[in-house]
Formats: sequence, structure tokens, C-alpha cells
Amino acid sequence: MAVRVLIPTPLRPYAERREAVELEAATVGEALARLVEQFGELRRHLYADSGRLRSFVNVYVNEEDIRYLKQEQTPLRDGDVISIVPSIAGGRGVCHD
Amino acid sequence: MLRLSAELAAQIREHARRAYPEECCGALLGQEGPEGRQVLAVVPLENTRTDARRNRFLVDAAGVLAAEREAARRGLLLLGWYHSHPDAPARPSAYDCEHAWPWYSYVIVAVEQGRPAALTSWRLQEDRAAFVSEPVTEVAVAVG
Repeated sequence: MAVRVLIPTPLRPYAERREAVELEAATVGEALARLVEQFGELRRHLYADSGRLRSFVNVYVNEEDIRYLKQEQTPLRDGDVISIVPSIAGGRGVCHD
Repeated sequence: MLRLSAELAAQIREHARRAYPEECCGALLGQEGPEGRQVLAVVPLENTRTDARRNRFLVDAAGVLAAEREAARRGLLLLGWYHSHPDAPARPSAYDCEHAWPWYSYVIVAVEQGRPAALTSWRLQEDRAAFVSEPVTEVAVAVG
């Protein structure tokens, strides 16, 4: 299926400064795998060492969060748009309260 | 180099003071050029953590998208984020590092016993191993 992957601003330097990438994939997982094959420097920012998507990486298919669909097994159709949207998290460290 | 006006720095510090003893967070909007980044607006955001708000913050995907829309509305870039460290130094923690995105500027303001103190900025290193300090210049008035 021909899909479009929208690249968030912080990752564009690793995707030739592109705002979007067109590729062929049957599932979300396959699309992301092909994305990091094409732009290898994206891998460490999208995936943890375990091989799983980092918890602060949110992925949507046509504005639906894949966590509420079939996660990375979510099937794709021609024309689908995959959005990678950051969550921003942090904090001072261990709380001693 | 990150430049911001004394007024915007004061807004960040005031948000941190009001949120104490919890962490505050917000977006940094501005421009980027050959001389570095200039923050032209700050947007306070809700810390969407429902637990551990004294040492954790979260801007969820909806908050990020809202910040991006606001930046676009103002014709600015979403340069990064600020948050506070209650009773802790204005230095990134391991947790900050683990959850950071590249490219963004991360401003941290220390709040010592309710009083805002040091304000620093950081950029994630390419290999994600640590942050690199980003010099902050507080200017008297907004320029550019």
C-alpha cells in the first residue's frame, strides 16, 4: 500500500530535512521499518535497544493512535497517512518525598 | 546559543514558581538563524502526569500538536520546551536524557524552596548519551 509518513520537526535532520516520506507498506510496523532502512539515523530516536518503539513516540494512522488499533500490526490502505508525534517527558530524577 | 528576553525568562520562572512544588512545563516558540535560536514566545502547558508531578512532567501528543499549531499560527518555529526542577539543579537528569528528542532546546529552571533560580538550556547529543549545554543569553528586550 502506498502511504505517506509525516516526519516530526526534531527528526527531519535525519530524513534529508523532509517533512514527509512516501513508501510502500502493508502495516505500520513495516512502514516504520522501511523508514529506518531508508534513513538509518532515525532508528535510535524511534526505537529503544529492546527493538520496541520508545514510549514517547506516538504513531497515528489517519489521526487514530495505533495503541487503540492493532499497534504496529495495524494494516494500511492506499493513501493512509502515518504521523509520528512526540510526547515530551522529563523530570528532575528520583523523588525523595 | 539560545536568546530570550528577560521578560520571557521571567515568565518561565513565574510559571515554575506557581507550580512549585510540582514541575511545570511549556513550549518555546521562536526563530532560528545563523546566530542561533531566539525565543520569541513561551506557552505554558499542562503537566499531564497524574502521578509524580513533583519530579516528572509530560506534554502529551495532543499538547505537542497544540504547541505546533500555535507556533504555526504565530509564524514561528516550535524550538523546544521548558520545565522546572523543584529543589534540584537546573541540569538534565538521566530521565530527561532517556526521554529527550534531538533538535529541540530544553530549558530547565531550578526552583529552590519555592524561589526560581538558575535557568539553563540543553540539546540532546547526537548519540543520545548525554545533553550538551546550550549557552543562554537573556537580552533586555526582544529583538529580531
